[in-house]
Amino acid sequence: MTLLYSETEEFLRDSVRRLFADRCPPGAVAAAYDGAADFSGLWKSLAGDLGVAGLIVPESLGGAGASAREAAVVLEEIGRAVAPVPFLSSAVLATTALLEAGDTALLPALASGERTAALAVPLTSGPPTSGPPTSGPARHAAAVRHGDGGLTGRVTSVAGAAEADVLVVPVAGDDGLELRTVARDAPGLTVTPVLALDMTRPLADVEFAGTPSARVGPGEDAVARALLAGAALLASEQVGLARWCLETTLAYVKERRQFGRQIGSYQAIKHRLADLWLEVGQATAAARYAADTIARGDEDAEIAAAVAQAYCSDVAVHAAEECVQLHGGIGMTWEHPAHLYLKRAKADQLALGTPYHHRARLGDLVDLPAS
Amino acid sequence: MSSDEQDIAAGLSARVRALLAEHDVADERAFLGARFDAGLAWVHFPEGHGGLGLPQVWQRQVEAELAEAGAPYPDPGRNPIGLGMAAPTIAAFGTEEQKRRFLRPLWTGEELWCQLFSEPGAGSDLAAVATRAVRDGDSWIVNGQKVWTSGAEKARLAILVARTDPDVPKHAGLTYFVCDMTAPGVEVRPLRQITGEAEFNEVFLTDVRLPDFYRLGEEGQGWRVATATLNNERVAIGGAPSARETGMIAKVARAWRDHPELREPAMHDELMRLWVEVEANRLTRVRLRQQLAAGQPGPEGSAMKLAFARLAQRISGFEIELRGEDGLRYDDWTMRQPDYVDMTGRGPGYRYLRAKGNSIEGGTSEILRNVIAERVLGLPPEHRVDKSIPWKDLPR
Ligand SMILES: Cc1cc2nc3c(=O)[nH]c(=O)nc-3n(C[C@H](O)[C@H](O)[C@H](O)COP(=O)(O)OP(=O)(O)OC[C@H]3O[C@@H](n4cnc5c(N)ncnc54)[C@H](O)[C@@H]3O)c2cc1C
Repeated sequence: MTLLYSETEEFLRDSVRRLFADRCPPGAVAAAYDGAADFSGLWKSLAGDLGVAGLIVPESLGGAGASAREAAVVLEEIGRAVAPVPFLSSAVLATTALLEAGDTALLPALASGERTAALAVPLTSGPPTSGPPTSGPARHAAAVRHGDGGLTGRVTSVAGAAEADVLVVPVAGDDGLELRTVARDAPGLTVTPVLALDMTRPLADVEFAGTPSARVGPGEDAVARALLAGAALLASEQVGLARWCLETTLAYVKERRQFGRQIGSYQAIKHRLADLWLEVGQATAAARYAADTIARGDEDAEIAAAVAQAYCSDVAVHAAEECVQLHGGIGMTWEHPAHLYLKRAKADQLALGTPYHHRARLGDLVDLPAS
Repeated sequence: MSSDEQDIAAGLSARVRALLAEHDVADERAFLGARFDAGLAWVHFPEGHGGLGLPQVWQRQVEAELAEAGAPYPDPGRNPIGLGMAAPTIAAFGTEEQKRRFLRPLWTGEELWCQLFSEPGAGSDLAAVATRAVRDGDSWIVNGQKVWTSGAEKARLAILVARTDPDVPKHAGLTYFVCDMTAPGVEVRPLRQITGEAEFNEVFLTDVRLPDFYRLGEEGQGWRVATATLNNERVAIGGAPSARETGMIAKVARAWRDHPELREPAMHDELMRLWVEVEANRLTRVRLRQQLAAGQPGPEGSAMKLAFARLAQRISGFEIELRGEDGLRYDDWTMRQPDYVDMTGRGPGYRYLRAKGNSIEGGTSEILRNVIAERVLGLPPEHRVDKSIPWKDLPR
């Protein structure tokens, strides 16, 4: 088990970073909020040309046969650039669910970047707790039903649905939850983009009204595994985001002068940044461990993911909030990219389970029950 | 592992086996002495001085193999200053003769050590110490007062920072010594602390004569030597890797499991928050180890004590709240000088009070934040009005 980065991982990081520097600088990302932007070309380059869409797909299914560790490095870079690409929704969530459910039909096209998928669950869904089904697969079961006339039901706040060619839908079947796929252009399917706090991970409400679908396999474990992998890897996005905020803020406080001194020479600011730096370091270790346990199929993966989400979510928000505050008025402007990071960090905090959810879940996992 | 590494691993295992075969683990002092002589005390120390000149990462294998055999270990709770600070400083700055004289009895616990750094007028600002050492032929005469000296009443030797040149700026006029605590003129008075007991003391030094042999490093080089000591201290306090759910958090987790009647819904979230932070911190220390082993030491080391202090204080505070009536009781207010300091021992009240020292001893948390901000993050240094003025002219 190593919590460091391998050479291959660093190599991958470099190429993803270069692509983002070139194709989605902050100014371009901000356009996501004005509705006019189309980032499908960027995603095609990332998924297809750099081949990251198939990182966790085995070579036998056309993937790269790499692992969650490499996917985590890509997510760090996505967080660093607040890149508006459906990597988490397609290449992690939908892909993991399909792999677990035994799909062979769709995965090769997802791995090559030719097609893009989304798992039809609310972005707020966390990995299931053992307690009452307030979230997780059991709750999704109620959302969409399968009958003679096709699928009916509604799923709200689905990440990546508008960018997807295929929806991967957990459906209440006769023997429990099953996983089905629905083509984006199927009749009776309505995908309505919503205005979101964070427009760099677009959300949409999805409505099924007699929609045709194809069965993939059993869904209970598939959805649980997908949410687990998603939660574990989202932590790396949060680390990348937090690191950008820390570095950007550091650079600013070294340059900006007030009262005849650099503002970074004031102890109130130095101490806050020292604390933040410590948090980002700890978040890195927690996120690396979560990715590593997923990659190795380690039985500690559930605990590792809960720890990483509970910790890294709050660190990312803290970093983004400090970034805004320590930039003063500039931090409050539309022009400065800090707001893109704040919005993404705040939305990420809710994504795949809040820190509260993960702490509650962890209590069950480590025999510290709530009551 | 490369084949070189395999050779080292096998060589170490063979040494450990030979040590265990030839020496009785039941005789603690003799066994530790033999371990020192076999170069297995600190594998990264020079040969002949308790080590084998290997990279420090190999220490772990030795510890693991000896622990498995039930061999005695020099308890850092008994000689923390000696093992954590004096030993690495002597290894780095001592002469051959000094290493030969001091390291072995330090290791075996025959000679306990204390740290004569802080003074009434010089705490965080250690470089401001006023204790004077004046050369007299082949020895030094020391006069001054030290304070907060943990374990001085038991110590045979001390590490001491004293002023040898008052005419230069404060950092430049210091020299580092080993002090003989049994020498005439050394007077130790206990200072009772908030836990009721007295771990620390004030130490008065009146015309204490130290042979020049007791000087560690060059005259005037004391600041450099002291900085090395302090870096080791911070790593010793916060840096050691540990297993999951050990130390302070283990106490609270156990109370939670054993006493369902204490559980409050809102407390559960706080408990898990602390558990998560401890685990994130533990993984950071694991990662730090891996960075060191890969030859890329991360600057996180200096932050580990800061994190440790914060967590110990929050957890021990939470534990009192959790325990209800038991949290209101205290085990022992008797004034005594403990043989042994276990910050996670005794009752919750003791743990809470003792943890308050964690953000003061070995560099306060504020000073550590300054260190991180300046040395790691490259932020501008604090304004220092006293940096270039001769020490004797400083305003007091
Ligand atoms: C339990 C315990 C054991 C100890 N054992 C030993 C020992 O064995 N040997 C030994 O030599 N010493 C020992 N010490 C002393 C310890 O190292 C000092 O107490 C410490 O360095 C702080 O110095 P001070 O007490 O003079 O506080 P001060 O330096 O006066 O600090 C007071 C407050 O001001 C803050 N402060 C000071 N300077 C700054 C600054 N530049 N920026 C921001 N804030 C600042 C501090 O953080 C602190 O909060 C021990 C202390 C404790 C609590």
